[in-house]
Amino acid sequence: MTSESMNVGALPRARSCAVLTHEGGLHARPAIKLTQLAKRFESAVWIALAEQGPWTDAKSIARVMAMKTPHMATLYFVAEGEDADAATSALANLVESDFADDDNGR
Amino acid sequence: MEGDATAVICLRGTPVSPGLARGPLIIVADDTQSASREGGSAEEEAARMHAAIASASVELETLMERAGDDDAQTILAFQVAMLADPVVAEPAFAAIGRGDRAEDAWRATMRLQIRHYHEADDLYFRARASDLRDMRDRVLRKLNGVAATPIAPGSIVVATDLPPSRFLEIAWDGGGVALRHGSPNSHVAMLARSRGVPMLIGVEDADLCGHTEAIIDTDNAILVLSPDDKLAVDFASRQQGAEILRAEAERYLNVAAATANGERVQILINVADATELDAFDPAWCDGIGLVRTELMLRDANDVVSEEKQYQSYCRILRWANGRPVTIRTLDAGGDKPVAGYTIDGEANPFLGMRGLRLSLLHPEVFITQLRALARAALLGPLKIMVPMVTSPRELDRAGALLDGAVAALRRQGIGCARPELGMMVEVPAAALAIDLFEADFLSIGSNDLIQYVTASSRDSSPLAPLQDPLQPAVLRLIREVVQRAEAQGISVSLCGDMASDVRCIPALLGVGLRSLSVAPSAVARVKAAIARYRVNEPKE
Repeated sequence: MTSESMNVGALPRARSCAVLTHEGGLHARPAIKLTQLAKRFESAVWIALAEQGPWTDAKSIARVMAMKTPHMATLYFVAEGEDADAATSALANLVESDFADDDNGR
Repeated sequence: MEGDATAVICLRGTPVSPGLARGPLIIVADDTQSASREGGSAEEEAARMHAAIASASVELETLMERAGDDDAQTILAFQVAMLADPVVAEPAFAAIGRGDRAEDAWRATMRLQIRHYHEADDLYFRARASDLRDMRDRVLRKLNGVAATPIAPGSIVVATDLPPSRFLEIAWDGGGVALRHGSPNSHVAMLARSRGVPMLIGVEDADLCGHTEAIIDTDNAILVLSPDDKLAVDFASRQQGAEILRAEAERYLNVAAATANGERVQILINVADATELDAFDPAWCDGIGLVRTELMLRDANDVVSEEKQYQSYCRILRWANGRPVTIRTLDAGGDKPVAGYTIDGEANPFLGMRGLRLSLLHPEVFITQLRALARAALLGPLKIMVPMVTSPRELDRAGALLDGAVAALRRQGIGCARPELGMMVEVPAAALAIDLFEADFLSIGSNDLIQYVTASSRDSSPLAPLQDPLQPAVLRLIREVVQRAEAQGISVSLCGDMASDVRCIPALLGVGLRSLSVAPSAVARVKAAIARYRVNEPKE
């Protein structure tokens, strides 16, 4: 995982990335977790399969599922807002921990 | 046949969830057809759309609360999350703004999204199309103001297809499902299996008019409409028999397996995916006799990393909690091709590059797996088993690679242990000269052994009669392997389908096997069959 902060324009901006080790890819269960986490932040959060985009709204389950992300893809996150830094590192952590939480991500 | 509702009809289908069920017949028709209706103003239509989505969400959330298991909850949570996402209905609201009726706008919007999933290359994403159809229809029923056909507990439900959320609404209580379409891999088939609801798919079409009662019989793969007295009596006695067997088997689940005269038999389980272990109590078995690892290689560019493999092996060892765990190295080839790894275009893949032969051809993939296994061996009694061994040299080479992997880990200061290295006995050449192999343990792979001994392909149904596992040629060979292993003081088990087949248990115990590795679902019945067997009795 890499994470960096930037300060372009008025709002703080941050990026991160992580490899999707979840078996089978970004399926419904991990995608629900990812969008739910993204929605907890005030910042606008985007997700992409390449460093240069195209970018997808990480708070939309429909858009995130439509990416049909395969196993071992690298996911890139960009956030813009007061809590951008926290958002991008939380999302990268979630992916990196294989969506682990109270129920082991399953 | 008109008016003659008492005439018995038997319709053939394909069982996807086993069992016997009898009850009132309920035919679930497509209840999402919209009546012709003058559309209201754009505001009115948008309000109807909002209300239908909200009310469908409430229903799904209620279902989710009582769904109980994880799979059911995920299926429903996905639909709830989609309905809560404004992106989903956005095009529908745009169409409503242009003057469309809500139901037409919703249908058109969902058609595009369903098609997007339906066209996916990945099977998982393609299967989500049916979840979206399920969600579309629930909202459509709300828009049309129709309630779903009520289904009484214990009914036999006949439908073209049954969406998973509908399945979860029904109190099954001894009922069953017969679908004209359907797939064994669908969510609804999976739910039926996990809840023990008998289910047939691909059932023949017929006029069901006038029938009020039905039987689902997956032993005979039939749906019987309006069973007569003779069929009903036969059904009742078979159902009672099945119930007695099941109850008897359940009593054995928690008890260590032993024959009628008290001789202990080791019962191990076969596992393909660590998630299978969630519902299985380790105390029900003596360990794991076969962990398949084919899931770790999708194509040559997609080998699961050493770290990831290590973690999944650790998870299994922690579950086993000190019981032995035998992990089989990658067994690709044959009927399990892997792009870029197996050899394309082999005239006879079952006699070609597969199992250990391929591992020795791609040592980098093999060594990654051996490293992960040696590391995980610190957590408990992990054993490594190599498949498709034909000559002692192959096993020696695998052993040398394992020694090398262990030495390299130690040089790097990474904690590891050298696991025992055993082999599958599935090639006749190995079975007939098993004393020449320096294996730490043996496991007989009866599926391939039978295929190779009888020179008949496993996937050919006309050849099935040649593949009787109880024929003398197979049993003599198994006895030979068991006796040689005993003479050399190494352990031997059997992990093919034979071990899960209760008809084969007396014969396997008869040739001297005292360790069997079976499907988790077969543990109770195999233990019950062992308990009925008396050692030294004439064979049944």
